[in-house]
Amino acid sequence: MKDLFTIANKNFNSRLIVGTGKYKSFKETSDAIKASGADIVTVAVRRVNILDSDQPLLMDYIDPKTITYLPNTAGCYSSEEALRTLRLAREMGDWRLVKLEVLGDKKTLYPNMIETIKSTEVLVKEGFDVMVYCTDDPIMTKKLEDVGACAIMPLGAPIGSGMGIQNKTNICIIKEQSSVPVIVDAGVGTASDATIAMELGCDGVLLNTAIAEAKNPILMAESMKHAVIAGRKAFKAGRMKKRHHAKASSPQNNLI
Amino acid sequence: MNNLNMAKIQLNGSPHEINKGTNLNELLNKLKIKINKVAIEINGIIIEKNKYPNLILNKDDKVEIVKFIGGG
Repeated sequence: MKDLFTIANKNFNSRLIVGTGKYKSFKETSDAIKASGADIVTVAVRRVNILDSDQPLLMDYIDPKTITYLPNTAGCYSSEEALRTLRLAREMGDWRLVKLEVLGDKKTLYPNMIETIKSTEVLVKEGFDVMVYCTDDPIMTKKLEDVGACAIMPLGAPIGSGMGIQNKTNICIIKEQSSVPVIVDAGVGTASDATIAMELGCDGVLLNTAIAEAKNPILMAESMKHAVIAGRKAFKAGRMKKRHHAKASSPQNNLI
Repeated sequence: MNNLNMAKIQLNGSPHEINKGTNLNELLNKLKIKINKVAIEINGIIIEKNKYPNLILNKDDKVEIVKFIGGG
């Protein structure tokens, strides 16, 4: 049976979502995305440089017809800014599936959950499918689900920190109580972090810096692809019980 | 140079001179910007693409042209 990843009634093959920021070139971005196997990539909305407006665009390297663009609101610190950004994104090409991220603090880049919940509510009413970057607080994620978020995306650790999942217990609680996909967004530093997120039962992983800042981003992208698949399979297989003492793997009878 | 035929707008936060009567499509052509790769807001209101040819820019209009870039 195929293990499809469904968000807002759309099916995707890969459970890995990757960002397109911090790469050295569009070529490297494109190569890394291919190596990661991701079907969805996050993108940011920014002003066109008027003096340099005929320069290549991200869209020239990553075709939005084959890869799903997930416009995000990175850098927005208020509901107004976030709503404006996503309404512009929608006008650019009818993007309805979006990533909402309303930040509360420049040092930690922690989400401002009050503004985030408020924005989610408005966007859902406007017909957006909203995937929401949020704290790993089960009460907050429940609120997000109540106002219509189509995916809950708690941070594993601060954005760009590469610290791995800091609060596995909360991620498990959030997964248990949510009826929409739960995707760990932010904090993944290396392949094992992505695997852990999937072993905890999360539906997907979203990461950017772990690939873009690796010494070899293309190789790391490939590694993340396998890490997410491995974690998902391990979760579905059901891990063995932990025990405090050894248990021999070879039969104990008929020893010579 | 006849300044009477020119109008100053705010384009992505900077002053920009256009010919009076310029519509949004003409502005994009002049800037070599492809219509299907951007979104435009004028004075805080998002403009639908089918309205570009008939939308004449006025003096002091605040025009924002945005695109997708790499981001996490």
